[in-house]
Parts: sequence; C-alpha cells; structure tokens
Amino acid sequence: MDLAAVILVEVLYAIASLALISAGLAVVFGMMKVINLAHGEFMVLGGYATITAVGLGVNIFIAMLIVAPLVVGLFGLIVERLIFRHLYGRMIDTMLASWGLSLMMIGAFKMIFGNTTTGVSGPIPGFSIGNYQINGYNFFIIIVSVLLLVAMLAVLRGTRAGLVARGAMQRADMASAMGHSPDRIYMLTFAVGSALSGLAGAVLAPLVGLVPTAGAAFIAKAFITVIAGGPSLVAGLASASGFFGLVNQFFSFLVSPVVGDVALLVAAVILLRLLPRGITSRFFRGKL
Amino acid sequence: MTLNRRSFLASTAAASGALMMPAIARAQDAIRIGTVLDVSGIFDAYGTPMDMAQRLAVAEINDAGGLLGRPVELISYDTQSDMALYTQYAQRLVRQDNVDVVHGGVLSASREAIRQTLRRANTLYFYNVQYEGGVCDRNIFINGVTPAQQAEVLVPWAMSRSGPRVYILAADYNYGQITARWLQKYIDDNGGEAVGTDFFPLDVSDFGSTIARIQTVAPDLVIAPLVGGAHLSFFRQWAAAGMNERIPLASTTMGVGNEHKVLTPAEGNGMMVAYNYSQELDTPLNNAFKERWVEAYGSTDAIHEIAVSHYMGIHLWAEGVRRAGSAERMAVTEALEDGLSVDGPSGVMTIDPQTHHAILDVHLMEVRDQKMEVVESLSQRPPVDTQAVCNLIENPDDNTQYEIEF
Amino acid sequence: MRGDARRDTAFILIAGVVLIFFMPLLIDTHVLTLLIAYGMLALSLGLIWGFGGVLCFGQAAFFGLGAYTFAVAGINLGESTLPVILAVLVPAVFALALGAMMFYGRLGDVYLAVITLVVTLILFRWINSTAGPEYTIGVARLGGFNGIPGFPILNVPGRPELMIWGETLYYVAAVSLLVVFLLVTWLLRSSFGRIAVGIRENEERVSLLGFDIRARKTILFAIGAAIAGLAGALYATWAEVVTPTLFSLQQSAEIIIWCIVGGLGTRFGPILGAAALAYLKFALGQQAIIDNMFVLGLVLVLFVLFLPRGLAPELARGWHWLAGSRRRPARRRRAPRAEVSDG
Repeated sequence: MDLAAVILVEVLYAIASLALISAGLAVVFGMMKVINLAHGEFMVLGGYATITAVGLGVNIFIAMLIVAPLVVGLFGLIVERLIFRHLYGRMIDTMLASWGLSLMMIGAFKMIFGNTTTGVSGPIPGFSIGNYQINGYNFFIIIVSVLLLVAMLAVLRGTRAGLVARGAMQRADMASAMGHSPDRIYMLTFAVGSALSGLAGAVLAPLVGLVPTAGAAFIAKAFITVIAGGPSLVAGLASASGFFGLVNQFFSFLVSPVVGDVALLVAAVILLRLLPRGITSRFFRGKL
Repeated sequence: MTLNRRSFLASTAAASGALMMPAIARAQDAIRIGTVLDVSGIFDAYGTPMDMAQRLAVAEINDAGGLLGRPVELISYDTQSDMALYTQYAQRLVRQDNVDVVHGGVLSASREAIRQTLRRANTLYFYNVQYEGGVCDRNIFINGVTPAQQAEVLVPWAMSRSGPRVYILAADYNYGQITARWLQKYIDDNGGEAVGTDFFPLDVSDFGSTIARIQTVAPDLVIAPLVGGAHLSFFRQWAAAGMNERIPLASTTMGVGNEHKVLTPAEGNGMMVAYNYSQELDTPLNNAFKERWVEAYGSTDAIHEIAVSHYMGIHLWAEGVRRAGSAERMAVTEALEDGLSVDGPSGVMTIDPQTHHAILDVHLMEVRDQKMEVVESLSQRPPVDTQAVCNLIENPDDNTQYEIEF
Repeated sequence: MRGDARRDTAFILIAGVVLIFFMPLLIDTHVLTLLIAYGMLALSLGLIWGFGGVLCFGQAAFFGLGAYTFAVAGINLGESTLPVILAVLVPAVFALALGAMMFYGRLGDVYLAVITLVVTLILFRWINSTAGPEYTIGVARLGGFNGIPGFPILNVPGRPELMIWGETLYYVAAVSLLVVFLLVTWLLRSSFGRIAVGIRENEERVSLLGFDIRARKTILFAIGAAIAGLAGALYATWAEVVTPTLFSLQQSAEIIIWCIVGGLGTRFGPILGAAALAYLKFALGQQAIIDNMFVLGLVLVLFVLFLPRGLAPELARGWHWLAGSRRRPARRRRAPRAEVSDG
C-alpha cells in the first residue's frame, strides 16, 4: 500500500515534470506555429539565473518562481525582436535559426559559467510514507505544474488577452483585421513562452545538476510532448504528458530509467504514426 | 617479405615528417611528455586537478635540473569529456608532436580508446587512474588501485558496519560493468548477497524511480560506483529523500572527483570509501606536497586521489628515465620493470614487473564534514586480481584486458 | 543535352583530380580525410533535403549505423571489403523500412522531423547502454559508452594484411567522394532525379501525373542513407574507434548546418559547407578564448537571416559575374513548405 503511494507520487512527478518542461514550447508552438529549438537552453538559462540569484543571497523560492521567469522572459523578448521577427511564416528557417541560437547559448554558458556541473541543494526535506522515504521536492514540482496548467486555462478562458490569443491562434488574419497587431501578439507570446521555459528550468535545477549542455535532454522530450499533444494547448499538454509520463515511469520502475526513456520514444513513434496530428486531433476536440 | 605495407607506410611517413620538420633538432633538446585529459565537460572534476598535478610534477622535475640534463616539455590536450577526441589527440601527439611518453586518460573508456593506437605507434603509455583491473599490455604502466586492492577490503569493512544484503548502482560502461562483477564476487566471498544491480549511462541524472526501487528491496548497504557530473545528482537525491539516514552507502568512486566537497556535510557524512590517498594523511611527504600545491594554486581544495596518482605516475616515469639514462621506450620500460619504486604524498609506490601495475598503500576512509577521515590503513597491497591472469615476463606480447568470470 | 552531361562529367573529373592533388599542399592529409568523410555525409543530406525536399533530423543515425556496421563486421570477418559493402547496405535497408513507415503514413514535414529525431535518439540511447558483456554481435562487443576500439581498418580488397591508412587513406577517400559525387550527378540527371525535384516543387501535381510519390521518396531516402553509411565507414577507419556520440543530436545538427551554410539545392554546396565548418571547428578547437559552439551557432543564425541560399550559389554568381557569363545563377532555395495542423 505504501509502495503504491510511492509509485503514484513518482508517476505524478514524471507527468508533472513533462508538462512543466513542455509548457513554454507548447505556448510558442500553439500560438505561432514556431518550433523553438532553443527551448532547452532557455530552461538552462532559467536554472543558471536561479543558481546565480541564490548565490547572491536571494531566497531560493523567489529566485525560482520570480527571478528566473523574468530573466528568461526578457531574454526571449530580445531574441524575438532580433531574430525570429524576421522569420515568421518560414517554419523550417525559424527552426534552424533557433537551433543556431541554442548552440550560441550553450557556447555562451560554457564561457560564462564554465563547462562544469553546478547545482543547488533542494530546499525541501524528504519525508516518509509508511516504510518508504520520498523526495519532498517531487510534491513541489507536482503543485507548480498543476497550478501552471490551471493558470493557463484560466487566462485563455477568462481574460480578454486570452480571448485575443485564442482568436489569433485560430485565425491570425481575422485577429489582425479586428485591429489586434499580430506583431505585438507574437512578441508577447514569445516572451510568455520563454518565461515559462525559464520557470521550468529553475524549478528543476535543484533536482539535477546543471551543465551547459543540459538543454539537449529537455528539448527532445518537450518537442515530442508538444507535437504528440496536437492542436489544443492545455488538453494536449496534459494528455501527452500523462501518456508519456505513465509509459516512462512504468518501464523505469520495472526495468531501468534508460529503458523508461527508450519506451517513451518508441511510444512517441507509434503514437505519431497512428495519430499524425497529435492526440487532441482525435480526442478532446475543441477543448483548449 | 616480412615488411608489411602498414609498417612500411608508417616508417616512410615518419621519415618524411622528420625531413620536413626542422623541429627534429629542437626535439633533441627537450624530453616531451604528452597528455590527454578531460579538463572540461562532465568529467572535468576529475581532469582539471590532474592537469594541475601534472604541471606541478613537471615544474618540480625541471626545477631539479630536468632529466638527463635536458628540460622536460609538457604538451597537453583537453579532450573535453569526448571519447572521440582521445584518438584524435593521441594520434596528433605521436604523429606531429613526437612525444617520448603519453600520460593520461581519465575514464576507462578513454584508456581503451587510445591504448591500441599508442601501442601501434610504439609510444610508452601511463594510465594513472584507479580502474577495474585486468589490462595486460607491456606498453602501458598503470598505478591506480584495482578491485583487489580497493574493493576487496572496502566490501567486508562496509558490510561489517551494515549488513549482508547489498544493492549495487554502477555507471554503465566498462569500469562500472567490470567493477560491479568484482563487487558481487567480494560480497559472495564474505557471505553476503547482492540483492540488486542497476547500471546507469553517464548522462542519467534523475534517480527518483531508482531510489523508490531500492526501497522495495530494502538492502542493508548500497555500493555506488557512479561516475561523472550527472551521477553526482544521485547522492543529492539520495539525501533529499532522507535515505542517507536509513541505508549506509559505500562507493569505489565517490570523492575521486571531490564529490564530498561539493555535497553538503549533511549529504555526505558517513559514506564509506577506500583509496590510495587522502588529504588527511599526516606524513612529511604529503605535507610538503600540499605546501607546494598551495604555493602554486592557492589552496588544497582541488587535490584528489587521481590527481596525486597522476603526479606519482609522472615521477615514476621520470625515475625510469633517470635509471635508464635514456627516454627511449624500451630502455625506460626495462628500467621500470626492475621493480622500481618512488615515495610520495600517497606513500611508497612500486612497479610490479609481472603486470606493470603498482604495489601501493590503501586506506579505508569515512566522509566526515567534507573530509576523508582515515579509519584504517593497509600497507603495500599488490594487484592480485591482475597478477592472477597476467604475466608479462612470460608473455611479453600479451595485449588483452582480462575480465573477471564466475 | 547529351553533350551537356558529358561536359559536366568531364568538368567534375578534372576539378576533382586537381583538388585531390592540390589540397594536401594546404592542409594535412590526416585532417583532410576527416573533411572528406564529413563532406560525403553532408552530400547525403544535401541530396535528400536539397533535391528531394525531405528534411531528415536524423542523418547522423545512418552515419553512425554505417560506422558501427563497419566496426562490428570487421571484427567478425577480420578484413574490410565486405564490411564496407555492409556499411552501405545496412543503413540503406534501415532507411527503406523507416522511410516506408513515414512516407506511406503520409506524415507532414514537422512530424517527419520529429520521427527521424526520435529514432536517432532511440539508437543513441540504446547503443549507449550496451556496455554489458551480454551485448555482442558475433565476437564483437558493442561496448556501450566505450564504443568499439581496435577493429580492423580498411585494407586492400582480398589482402587483409595490406592496410590502407595515413596518406593512402586520403587518396582512397578522395576518390570515393569523387565517385559518389558523379553517381549523384547522374542520378539527378536521370528521370528519377528529375521527378524527385518535381516532388519537392509540387508534390500534388507530380502525384496527379501518376507517379508513386511514396515509393520514390522512400527510395531517395534510402540512397541518402547508403551514402551516409559509406561516410560512416570512412570515418570509422580514420578514427580507429566508433562511439555512441556518432548518433548524437549534435552530430545531426551539424550536418544540417553544413547544408545550410554550403547551399541547399546544389551538389557541391553541402561538401563545401562541411569542409569549411569542420575545418573552422578544428581550428577553433586549438584555442580557448571563444567557444566553438558559439561560433557555429552564430554562423547558422547569420546564414538563415542574411544568406539563406548558402555559399555555393553566391560563389557561382560571383564566378559568372567574373566570367561575364549570362547564365542564370543557381535557382533560389525554396524551403520545403511546412505542413501544420490548425486547431
């Protein structure tokens, strides 16, 4: 029984962390049809921002939840103006430019922070469920991720900005005709997406050591989750993370983390072969 | 005709290279040591202090007047924790730089990547890192601890302080795989049981499911030969889950990359290890060594066991050159095979002529407040694991890495 | 038309032979051999992406597969002739199966990119976790993270004791690149090649003309994989070790960058891009002031923004301008149209 609870927490944690690492990419892809391959490095930037802020004496929760998203959001805004603005409508070119950006960022991290592993210790102590010990930080990630999804849903449903965003997502030309500048919408979307990436990187940093090349491990998983999720933003994110997280943890626990990763990838290939437009093209249609 | 095309091409290439290079005259002046080390990337915690140690060793040799009246020149390449770069730089060391000896390699993977290249190029090779044992090759000298020197004493000691049911977590490459088998053997020999063995690729950094899995088995002891920056997260997550209070942990690698100084005292305290060197060794030679290190680099923070064995390896080779009166490969090899030994910060180190490994001291240690406190010292342990399978006196042409079999 | 083809072939042969003997004067042959292997790899992606419109994010998978096949077969057979053939065939067969799965499933461009990327990652993960003694093919241990060192390198066919390495390997590699280049030229001049370009330009129209697009794309994909496999074998015999990093995303990324920088839709462009950037990387590797990934990334961003057609068309234009010729420069690269779902 205790074991079941422990496994449940591990599964929920896997799902939550997948949703978290994919959220920023999903926002940018969902609204702008731009695949940002520098997403992983945006996350790493969030992690470095947190570690630097903690080093300067900032409280770790403030560093993770406020400083990192702000820093990365601002960074996103700048690169959007400098690079991506010129490439809208050229999907492959945006992908390549963002790939170039990701290499530049890795190089910059190496030069600034050194090509070495850094990290901070988790701020939450472990506790026990019956006979089992569990990493308390897992709960924090689950909570952050649930709050994030709920917030995204609330913004898209309940606010005027969300309405405009939804409109622009479906018919950019109509939104433009209604007087909403697509240029501004894209700029803000990209900044918000970047901030979410930064948040994800910051929250995950205490769990795993940070190296300049750590982004590569995130981007593939995020990319797969977003594509497999399909057209709806929140429903797609939740369903794809749920599916992949379950597959991953099942095999991780049964065999090993590596087999878990491979199982996730194989599941992605099969899923995309059967539902080439993602889960929400068939299920949860019309949901957000 | 016995001269095959390969050796023919090699010799003409070398000859034409020599003709084109006026450097050949310069090469006569200095004796050249070539090294390949991971000074950046996920193994930099191992390689960077080794790089500092080799510079110190070469400076010491040159300050004492060089070797055979010639200065020693160090040519060092950063392999960036990328195994593919090892063969490239090793080839450059022997083809372009014409070095007299190659020291270095951090992971066993890197050693195996370049060992054959150096053997083929007739360049003497020193691998100065603790490893899984069994390499039998007259072109290489190895002065790191092997399982029979380390795990054989660590396992019964750690089991006596915990219990007989042991869970093994190892890095997934040749070092971890072979070490795990040695650990299983020593656990069996001491009446214990290996209740689980998991392998992790070197880039795995999320151990949540593994920690849950270990708890379902409820072992008395965990032994973790984990390697590199990513695996450091295991010790963090282990402590974050509060497991360090519940199940004792021993390791054959923890601390080699100064992990015990990166972890907080609360995370690291109580871990059991066994190495050839600890900074806490209170011997005149170690104290003098630490002083010289502080003079060169400001503090002793970076010193770790394989930095010291790399330092010792360079001095072993230098002593071999002095004894041989030449830097030529076979002359140095024969001098070293004469049971040559040096005394240094980690105690006396003697070459075992039969295996080209080293006979050395081993200390059982416990991590306390980011230090390795010596609990028990065992003097002059021979590499019996490799001696059992390798005899270079009888078979000088042997060129295999023997692995333990059950 | 006939005479045009013959003139083209003659020009390639002459230029190729001149380059083969001229380049060693500038760059060490050891480095040149690597540039050639990379050039061939870039050509393989240049063929399927530039002329077939198939953007494969996993070309490194075929490169790695070729290198590993060469190493494993070499250890088992003790010579290198059959291993070279296998190093071409195994990736090709793998690509046939993968291509059939993707193209017959009518996946869009983005999904195709995801699948090729994921397959590469799976191969990387799998190869990286084969360090245990249970993973062997014949007598060859796969070695996991360690890779496979110490396999037999290239030898004269039928004479395993006559090894090809050093300077000789350079000439063998250079000639094989020239042969592959000529084969690609002929392929593109054939009706198969023309229809492939047609598919890139307008898939629907070609399909309505009655051609089987799925089969043609699959075959082109496999040809690209075969060339990448041969490049992998060359790399393996040069490096004398194969490691899982051959399958890495980083490697795949570099191939794409080579094609972009060199010029997509040209045959020579990707080779030029590969050689130039690999040499740049090599030169940057000697210094520690500026990180070479930073430079590579910057080069990619600048090319996408300011020179999306790549170097080769610009060089060609410059050449024609100099020569006063009025021939039109190479056609503008058209990014394959992205297919995305709308919500």
